[in-house]
Amino acid sequence: MLGTTTKRGVLPGFGLTMGYSVLYLSLVVLIPLSALLLNSTGLTLGKFWDIATDPRVLASFKVSFLTAAAAGLIDAVLGLLLAWVLVRYDFPGKGIFDAMIDLPFALPTAVAGVALTAIYSSNGWIGSLFEPLGIKIAFSPIGITLALMFIGIPFVVRTVQPVLQDLDAEVEEAAATLGASRFRTFRSVLFPELLPPLLTGFALAFARGIGEYGSVVFISGNMPMRTEIAPLLIMSKLEQFDYAGATAVALLLLLISFVLLLLINSLQRRFRKTAR
Amino acid sequence: MKKVLKQGVLLSLVLAMSMVVGACGNEKKNDAANAAPNTTGSGEKLKDIEILNVSYDPTRELYEKYNKAFAEHWLKEKGQKVTIKQSHGGSGKQGRAVIDGLEADVVTLALGYDIDAIQQSGLINEGWQKKNDLNSSPYTSTIVFLVRKGNPKGIKDWNDLIKDGVEVITPNPQTSGGARWNYLAAWGYALHQNNNDEEKAKEFVKELYKHVPVLDSGARGATTTFVERGLGDVLLAWENEAWLSVKELGPDKFDIIYPSESILAEPPVAVVDKVVDKRGTREVSEAYLKYLYSEEGQTIAAENYYRPTLESVKTKFADQFPDIKLFTIDEFGGWSEAQPKHFSDGGIFTQIYAPK
Repeated sequence: MLGTTTKRGVLPGFGLTMGYSVLYLSLVVLIPLSALLLNSTGLTLGKFWDIATDPRVLASFKVSFLTAAAAGLIDAVLGLLLAWVLVRYDFPGKGIFDAMIDLPFALPTAVAGVALTAIYSSNGWIGSLFEPLGIKIAFSPIGITLALMFIGIPFVVRTVQPVLQDLDAEVEEAAATLGASRFRTFRSVLFPELLPPLLTGFALAFARGIGEYGSVVFISGNMPMRTEIAPLLIMSKLEQFDYAGATAVALLLLLISFVLLLLINSLQRRFRKTAR
Repeated sequence: MKKVLKQGVLLSLVLAMSMVVGACGNEKKNDAANAAPNTTGSGEKLKDIEILNVSYDPTRELYEKYNKAFAEHWLKEKGQKVTIKQSHGGSGKQGRAVIDGLEADVVTLALGYDIDAIQQSGLINEGWQKKNDLNSSPYTSTIVFLVRKGNPKGIKDWNDLIKDGVEVITPNPQTSGGARWNYLAAWGYALHQNNNDEEKAKEFVKELYKHVPVLDSGARGATTTFVERGLGDVLLAWENEAWLSVKELGPDKFDIIYPSESILAEPPVAVVDKVVDKRGTREVSEAYLKYLYSEEGQTIAAENYYRPTLESVKTKFADQFPDIKLFTIDEFGGWSEAQPKHFSDGGIFTQIYAPK
């Protein structure tokens, strides 16, 4: 940072790369987002407020944010375990195991949704096991969380894995020679280092979950007030040619997500500083 | 530092501009190429022509067959080779794609409401629905019940759907065009049963949707839920979808039940005026829609389980389409009235789900 802010930067090509970055960001992110704003013709502040406080919209936001947060949290724990196994141990088929982590990225989300519903609905392989216990997985918030976990898991694994890989084994050995237990070592030595990437992974999985549409519409059952997610509400408004209404919900979703992500990011930065 | 940044921004702007200009240039060239065959074609042997039919999901098989038949007919009649491209998807989505610039010569959608929306954007002239016979609906359909083989719950009519323990599968009317027909069919039945008392009809529909365990986002999704997941006792379905399910999955699994009355679903067709005038495809596009009313067009529709409107074909397929009492959307003031009243925010459907 110091080098580049002096009059003549040490690294070459700032002008060019900055130009490309601005161009790319404009074409792919900023212009489409401002088009979203411009599309809101006929959207007055009053109407925006009406839409924002509509009980059905609020309910869908609750479903979206809660399931996304739950899925993100579970993914954070499971993702840490997965990354731990991948980094610390050798076992046959590890390469395949490692590559499999990324599969949810490649699979069209609708396919994932249909497959998950087939398995977890009350006559599916796994769903039929839970049915006698009175637990409905598909067509309930549990199903939504499950779909979002599937979508989000690679984010956590792929952010934690490199950090875990870079950790010095010597520090752990030192802790051990000083008489720390395995758990104590993990808690005081490893965990502080792993917290920032875990938070990043959580934030990514969470953000992905909020916007997820394809996999969730199949498994959620889409019942208004109960299992209807915010993205479906946006689609439903578009289907009725209600651009202004759809824009309002979309904007609201973006705004809340942005604030939440900003919070998580600043948290993560603080942890990183204290960890060092 | 600042100077460098400025240069960067400037460069990106220049790049963006050049891309936009480049894209425009290309489009112009394409237009010229498209227009050429029609202006030079008079008198001489006509050049090949291509039109795009933007339709909704369940008509895929229908138009695959019909397009072949029409191309042959047109070649015989005019000596011109016509290629018809198809586009399928949810009806509302397809309508929006046309509004947003998908160059459809003709649209054949599930609801008049979707074509009305295209008209409001200025692409289709007013009065499109009067341009062809029968409200521009060459074939019709209706809403029927698909039940499990042997009809274990004894479902015969609409009021059986709100019996205790009956689960009904129907998609969400706010995301699915087909589901709006389902809803209005139930609404119409309840109105007729209660001397047009709207409050009672509302009660009935509210009760009906309490029996719906899952609201899928589209008609095909609902069919999957009912057929593959084994959820629910009765599926409210398009007549053609019901027949298709029975044909594909075996008549040993499902029965089709015809209620005492249902709605006459009229999926309309229209020429997209702005596009055909620009591309010079008006003549062939209008003929394409007209031919749907012909003996051959009607037979293809009937073979794909759509109700034909031509008497001669109707009698030929009488077995397949039992006569039941059918009421139309006009009874509810057409889509322009029914849509906001029932399905827009604050409409009756959204009130059903209002928190207690």
